[in-house]
Amino acid sequence: MTATTAPITLAGPPRSVARRGARWIAGNLPWVYVGLVILYLVVPIAVIALFSFNDPVSKSNLVWHGFTLKYWLNPLGVPGLGDALATSLRIAFASTAVATVLGTLIALALVRYDFRGKGLANLLIFLPMATPEIVLGASLLTLFVQVGQPRSELTILIAHIMFNISYVVVTVRARLAGFDRNLEEAAMDLGANPWTTFWRVTFPLILPGIVAAALLAFSLSIDDFVITNFTAGPTVTFPMFIWGAARVGVPVQVNVIGTIIFVAAVGLVAISTLAQRRRSA
Amino acid sequence: MADVAVRLTQLTKRFGGDATGRRVAKFVDGATPGDSILAVDHIDLEVRDREFFSLLGPSGCGKTTTLRMIGGFEQPTSGRIELAGEDVTWLPPYQRNVNTVFQNYALFPHLTVFENVAFGLRRRKVADGEVRTRVTEMLALVELPGYERRKPGQLSGGQAQRVALARALVNKPAVLLLDEPLGALDLKLRKQMQVELKRIQQEVGITFIYVTHDQEEAMTMSDRIAVMSRGRYEQLGDPEVLYEHPKTRFVAGFLGVSNLLPATRAGSVNGYAGFRLGSGTAVRVPLTLLEGRAAGYAVGVRPEKIRLFEPKDEVPAGLNQAPGVISDASYLGVSTQYIVTLADGHRVTVYEQNVQRATKAELWASGEQVVLAWAPEHCFVVEDGGATDTASIETPSPEPVVA
Repeated sequence: MTATTAPITLAGPPRSVARRGARWIAGNLPWVYVGLVILYLVVPIAVIALFSFNDPVSKSNLVWHGFTLKYWLNPLGVPGLGDALATSLRIAFASTAVATVLGTLIALALVRYDFRGKGLANLLIFLPMATPEIVLGASLLTLFVQVGQPRSELTILIAHIMFNISYVVVTVRARLAGFDRNLEEAAMDLGANPWTTFWRVTFPLILPGIVAAALLAFSLSIDDFVITNFTAGPTVTFPMFIWGAARVGVPVQVNVIGTIIFVAAVGLVAISTLAQRRRSA
Repeated sequence: MADVAVRLTQLTKRFGGDATGRRVAKFVDGATPGDSILAVDHIDLEVRDREFFSLLGPSGCGKTTTLRMIGGFEQPTSGRIELAGEDVTWLPPYQRNVNTVFQNYALFPHLTVFENVAFGLRRRKVADGEVRTRVTEMLALVELPGYERRKPGQLSGGQAQRVALARALVNKPAVLLLDEPLGALDLKLRKQMQVELKRIQQEVGITFIYVTHDQEEAMTMSDRIAVMSRGRYEQLGDPEVLYEHPKTRFVAGFLGVSNLLPATRAGSVNGYAGFRLGSGTAVRVPLTLLEGRAAGYAVGVRPEKIRLFEPKDEVPAGLNQAPGVISDASYLGVSTQYIVTLADGHRVTVYEQNVQRATKAELWASGEQVVLAWAPEHCFVVEDGGATDTASIETPSPEPVVA
């Protein structure tokens, strides 16, 4: 009797641990999956942030050599980097501002009004998103050469505004599609003229969409390389600077600035999300 | 005669041909895009000062379009709108002294209850102190004191409804327009709000124009009702008049349940008009009820006006009588609904209060022979309009209109 039962009790525990483990995974499969996805998304960013504290011995910042804060204390300590970053920020702010205003107005027109050529306008809005960047960049270059426009910060700005408008229109339009027109009628019913109605009712309600669109436009502009490279001429933007530097070894400061941009972007999104949550509460 | 709050003259709205037509066509049965639709057809209407006036009709009858034109949200194709004697036909909504309670409330989701109610006052640059006083007063009137700091998202349907009402009333408009404001509430809350609305209307003394498709709601609250169909109103009057003496088949069918029996004229005696029903039965109707009706009649009688007798019973003199057979009996608690088939196959609905007969054994059963009897004065006469043998037109809601 004991001889027959003993092997079972011995073999029992390890098998049940394995089974329990399998059951735990099965029960928490969604969380395991979510964890893996987050890991997949975060690891590259974490590596960039980590290597901003690296102290490499050569120009190449690919192997961990030791912890230092010296690059964080002197983030613009590479010749040209500061100028390139300033240029990128200028272009990003300007193109975001112009594209957000124009794109919001276009979205309002496309959602609110029926007019001749509306279908065509809707199609054209999608074109810059659908066209490969390399093609867009090359044709813009051709265009600027044809009309005799020297390449400069201005031509980059024109190009960025162009593709940013599309993204702004699409984002704001989505917000407007669910907009209850009765709210505007109610405002007018209560004595608000169209101008007041827009600023007191329409604008505050579509603001989250506009902010999201602006954030998207800013991030698209500041990291654009392909189109910028075609339209830049002698101008050097931050991504172009990195591209140039990469041939000899990316300086650690690039990691520092990359980390700062990332944290700033996450911070902005967090602020806008929190603000929205508080407003709707 | 009371003063006129709103006067509509030959008011007409045609949707169609253009982009607005496409939008509307989706909501109108049988319309194809590009058709032009006559939503409101040359309406003349006077709403008296301080009255509770209802526009009642099925969806697509033009009642909401009429209301939206008064509010300034739609421009009429032709005609004229006067508010307190002033022509406002072409004024935008923000220059009219009317306010609207929208069907979906349309509360501003980004503003607190206080700021929602204060919105109209702020537009008129009313001083802060007065805004506070009036908003507080108004929230008390709609029984929501202490809700100032809530957001619309934190309100129940009934509460949102009250805030919408307060937001409109706080401006002391000459006329308040209400577009099916109770449509989204459940039955119990709706009944409660009906009473509430009437109380508030009497308290503030403002003219209400109320749009609804619910005949019971209109009857409960209104001083007068215009029953609309296909862009026109078929009849306008007090709820009792509309119910007791509907002029058309449509009104008879839309307000409550009615039995309509096609009839042919057969002489007149002593102020009564004689009619012969399809079954051959002769009935009498006061001659005065025929006024304004063209030839081709149907005689109507409400189900609760009919009394049931056994064939051997003696029916009181002077009543109209018709023999029939009970073909269905439904016990409803307060009353019993019978379907009685007449000799010519017409089916008549009868409600009998469960007073004299209440137990199963006492109630009439299917197949029993009965005699229907009703007073000539309880009849009404509508133009038959060549309609088919619809003996009993019922409203969409099967709720019986019994006290």
